[in-house]
Amino acid sequence: MSKVTIPIGPQHPALKEPARFCLTLNGEKIYEIDLRLGYNHRGIEKACEERTYIQAMYLVERVCGICSHSHSTAFIQAVEEIAGLQLPRRGLYIRTLIAELERIHSHLLWLGVAGHEVGFDTLLMYAWRDRELVMDILADLTGNRVNYGINTIGGVRRDVTPRQIERVTKAMDTFEERTKYYVQVATEESTLIARLSNVGKLCYDDAMRLGAIGPTARACGLERDARKADPYGLYGELDFKVITDKHSDVYGRAVVRLLELMESYRIIRQLCKGMPEGPIAVKAPRKIPAGEALSRYEAPRGEDVHYVRGNGTDKPERVKIRAPTLANLQAVAKMLEDNYLADTTIVIAAIDPCFSCTDRAVLLKKSRRRNEEPVLWNSLRDYGIAWHRKQGLDFGDMNRRFGRMMERSSR
Amino acid sequence: MELIKKIVTWSRIKSPWIIHFNTGACNACDIEVIAALTPRYDVERFGVLLKGTPRHADVLVCSGPVTRQIKDRLVRIYEQMAEPKFVVATGTCACSGGVFNGCYCVEGGIDSVIPVSAYIPGCPVRPEAIIDGVVKLLGSLDGDPAPQGAVPAPDAAEPVKQGTAV
Repeated sequence: MSKVTIPIGPQHPALKEPARFCLTLNGEKIYEIDLRLGYNHRGIEKACEERTYIQAMYLVERVCGICSHSHSTAFIQAVEEIAGLQLPRRGLYIRTLIAELERIHSHLLWLGVAGHEVGFDTLLMYAWRDRELVMDILADLTGNRVNYGINTIGGVRRDVTPRQIERVTKAMDTFEERTKYYVQVATEESTLIARLSNVGKLCYDDAMRLGAIGPTARACGLERDARKADPYGLYGELDFKVITDKHSDVYGRAVVRLLELMESYRIIRQLCKGMPEGPIAVKAPRKIPAGEALSRYEAPRGEDVHYVRGNGTDKPERVKIRAPTLANLQAVAKMLEDNYLADTTIVIAAIDPCFSCTDRAVLLKKSRRRNEEPVLWNSLRDYGIAWHRKQGLDFGDMNRRFGRMMERSSR
Repeated sequence: MELIKKIVTWSRIKSPWIIHFNTGACNACDIEVIAALTPRYDVERFGVLLKGTPRHADVLVCSGPVTRQIKDRLVRIYEQMAEPKFVVATGTCACSGGVFNGCYCVEGGIDSVIPVSAYIPGCPVRPEAIIDGVVKLLGSLDGDPAPQGAVPAPDAAEPVKQGTAV
């Protein structure tokens, strides 16, 4: 049977972000997938180098609007490590509290999206209705529904009142009750189980080899969680389990996320109970000393890695962000192989992709299937010159004259 | 003729179908647009329906600064929409480029590429603000002289020439 190639995107109704998938089909099954990213690339890493640490922090928060606290915390942790700042306990508690609330909102969001992708819109409406409760709490604690802006170098910007703590604890009861219902739906609703089981299989070895992280890896039985492996902030003292599952398919990923919600409620209860008195931030110097740091953070989608290098001024010299989705994309290509075309959306949605996180840098590759090699800057430039010449534009002579002029002026 | 015109305007206002396009946003505005469609805010009350293709939609809801990669695609999607069409810029980035102003891969706000009918600022916009903006845009169709708060389309925005998409 001859192979058919179907291009999807960048504008497509399945996900809310632009990405292009080129699926080569063999009958009804997917033979090969080619993924094009970069539509959301804005150049944040470079922009950070022209901004002060405080400005860069707000910019980094806008790498992604769903896990915004993850990115700002990962960045701040690296900066604090370079500056050698010791955070006050209360500041750490508040930071962790927001982090876990963010995990709840992100997982509920995913549950809704997953429901929508398999045509179970009731689940979308239910999950997003409950998500509004956690959005209310976040707005109450930080002042904004998304992009909380609560972090600052050396602590947090807003204190919490005992009444707010009480409200958070009370809300956890509601969440727990609702999540129990979702767990019941996921484990008993036969249509949902049938739709999600054996879809997008990824075995333990492949997950290990392709470097899958977050719930995607944990659903393959791989115990990978930066909160346990390399405890940052308060996670070393908190009592929680790393949820893993043996299903290795989309169903397993759903179960892992639902059970992780329950763990998040437990963590939040502990945080609310043990919140100490004291200051929420220490004074941070405007200029951060020279040095470099790598910070790991377990975002809702997986491990988020930030690298920061300071040079003694008030601006970072280099910032590098490795978002969780980037690590999981290789796994997606593997999962889709030999799957049905109709399962594409749910398999891609199952890693909870976030392309605005992922679009960090651009690497152009020649699209010849056999020998894929990166296009180097010089050859790209030559290609551009040749292309313009074909259109009747030749800047070669002008460039040479300009070069000579520059040479003369420099002498 | 008057009557037919009135009926067309009425039906247009009662069922604006939207298409949402992320032009390089950080996802926050996109999620808030979806949140506006779910039970708490439920814009379907006003007949607003999210569509998958630009050919079915009346209103193009854009979020985020226009990146260089997405620019041509945005123009193409705009051209695919049937007349009359409206563009809503949601979020500060979509209005002006916001925090991403000056980034090497960012063109600027939506109005640097296609004409915009309504601007909704906020980082990210709250769902209430989105509803308010859409309702005001629809109100302006009814012949209301630019309602309070809604910004009319700027004359400065260049009309997009047909066939410019690459």
